[in-house]
Amino acid sequence: MSAVIKAQALSKRAGSATLLDGVSLTVAAGEIVAIVGPNGAGKSTLLRLLSGDLRPSEGEVRLKQRDIRSYKPRELAARRAMLSQHVNVTFPFTVAEIVLMGAGDRSAREAGALVDAALHEVGLDQFRERQLPTLSGGEQQRTHFARVLVQLACGEAAHGPGLLLLDEPTSSLDLRHQIDLVEAARRRAAGGTAVIAILHDLNLAIRFADRLVVLNKGKLAADGPRTEVVTRETIRDIFEIDAVVHQADDGVPYVLPQSMRAVETGI
Amino acid sequence: MSVAIEAEARDPRRRTGAGRRPTSLVIAVLLIALAAIATVALAVGAAGIPPSRLPAALGFFGKTTADAMAARDQLVLWSIRIPRIAATAMVGGLLAAAGAIMQGLFRNPLADPALVGVSSGGAFAAASAIVFTDSRFGETLRFLQTELLPLAAFAGSLATTALLYGISSRAGRTSIAIFLLAGVAITAIANAGIGLLVFIADDRQLRDITFWLLGSMSGATWTKAAMLAPILIVGLAACTFIARGLDLLVLGEADAFHGGVDVERLKRISIVMVSALTGVAVSISGVIGFVGIVVPHLLRLVIGPAHRLLLPASVLLGAILMVGADTLARTIVAPAEMPIGILTAAVGAPVFLAILLRQRGLASL
Repeated sequence: MSAVIKAQALSKRAGSATLLDGVSLTVAAGEIVAIVGPNGAGKSTLLRLLSGDLRPSEGEVRLKQRDIRSYKPRELAARRAMLSQHVNVTFPFTVAEIVLMGAGDRSAREAGALVDAALHEVGLDQFRERQLPTLSGGEQQRTHFARVLVQLACGEAAHGPGLLLLDEPTSSLDLRHQIDLVEAARRRAAGGTAVIAILHDLNLAIRFADRLVVLNKGKLAADGPRTEVVTRETIRDIFEIDAVVHQADDGVPYVLPQSMRAVETGI
Repeated sequence: MSVAIEAEARDPRRRTGAGRRPTSLVIAVLLIALAAIATVALAVGAAGIPPSRLPAALGFFGKTTADAMAARDQLVLWSIRIPRIAATAMVGGLLAAAGAIMQGLFRNPLADPALVGVSSGGAFAAASAIVFTDSRFGETLRFLQTELLPLAAFAGSLATTALLYGISSRAGRTSIAIFLLAGVAITAIANAGIGLLVFIADDRQLRDITFWLLGSMSGATWTKAAMLAPILIVGLAACTFIARGLDLLVLGEADAFHGGVDVERLKRISIVMVSALTGVAVSISGVIGFVGIVVPHLLRLVIGPAHRLLLPASVLLGAILMVGADTLARTIVAPAEMPIGILTAAVGAPVFLAILLRQRGLASL
């Protein structure tokens, strides 16, 4: 499969601080990548650079073989969709109105089927006329995910497989909806979408993605299949905790963190 | 993919946005209300014209009438009352639309051009223009004074809005607290400037300047109404252009961009529009507050916050409220006249407090 997004030697500096330092990343159509790393590792910066929202200090991002800076916002929106971490809506838009925003200039009539399907997929059919600010954090998050799914579907209908970026999409979701969201994203990948997600829960990241990208202090610390990346040594080096790595019945690793004391005393 | 399977099975009336009232109905109701209030405004005033004489006075039965009473009615209507009602309605529409756009731009229902100093900035510039064109240095421009006032008010409003946005926006986020406080400071600066002008102004200029500060429609003429009309028309056309962008902007600047909005351009257009609409309104009516807060707030409760309908509806409801307020202003203490700014503040300030109290429950500033 061809590369949907190709980032080369990305650096981002803000004042004297280096947020990201020479990170390269290529993601093909249908591929699922989870970005993991400790707080302040540069994960969100990387995602914003890949979304075209932020300009790199050095390096280049190519989306579908074109320099990402050459796209107008509207063209970009038709090729990549992004779910942000916190979206705070002050005006009393209904759930359905928010989700429809993903459909661009299409009217409620034209995009109605897409909106309905997305709301169904995130389990919010019954909430469509509710005002967003009255919903819980998790329900709001799912509403925005539905909006992003509609945007992705509209774009892919016109331009083929796109890019789906998720910035800690599960941060305020309960366990069931975490799994639902991850599975919805995997379905998109099965349909050809390139999916990149920042995930804090290492085990969820492992379940979600075949390929893990580990960032640490602005640098790419590891990039490869989950079975190779997730080792006791990597976790100790990056997250500064001791963890036991087990294998589930299907061969997928899972991580059981131990206490910090274990690292210090060397037990 | 599970997309698009379940979709068609559901009740079509529950389709996206259909829970809201239909656009055409909202606009029709508002137009009827505007016609009704305008009719009342035509009839009442220092020289009352009973409804039975209205059609004749408007010239509906042919213009030739020997009746002295009808001739007086016609004079009152056509040279005083109709231009005033037209100008008042348009000022109300401009102020309400400016408020709605500003609230969309700042993602905050408490934004209002008068409250955060944009009107004061415009009034200061207009007052400066009065004093300047009357001074020795500016007397070559005196013949342009009428044309200069709206331009000066626009420039003053533009500078204030841009300054406000620059101060309160940082890294794509707008701080509501800083925005309101900056507005307070800017209002104070503009008022200090106006105070200085009052200090150096002569008697005639003083009267002109005082007019900006209180806000009144009593100076409305056909010329001024004609100045408002093109701005209102251009503004309404531009509203359809920015409506979708303002909707997406509630998600925040980054997410509006992710959704395909050219955020920088949207902000520039919105700032220029708020300044133009406010500036021109201020140059005609002086500083009239709270119309920009009350009107969009009431409408959002009924028709929802989507800007495609909110902006034109704000123009209409703004016109309705202003014509109503102006009619009150010129009748309750007749034959004297109350400054309309007092009335709009008396109604608007409590609404502002109500929004504030509601927001306090939702989130901290």
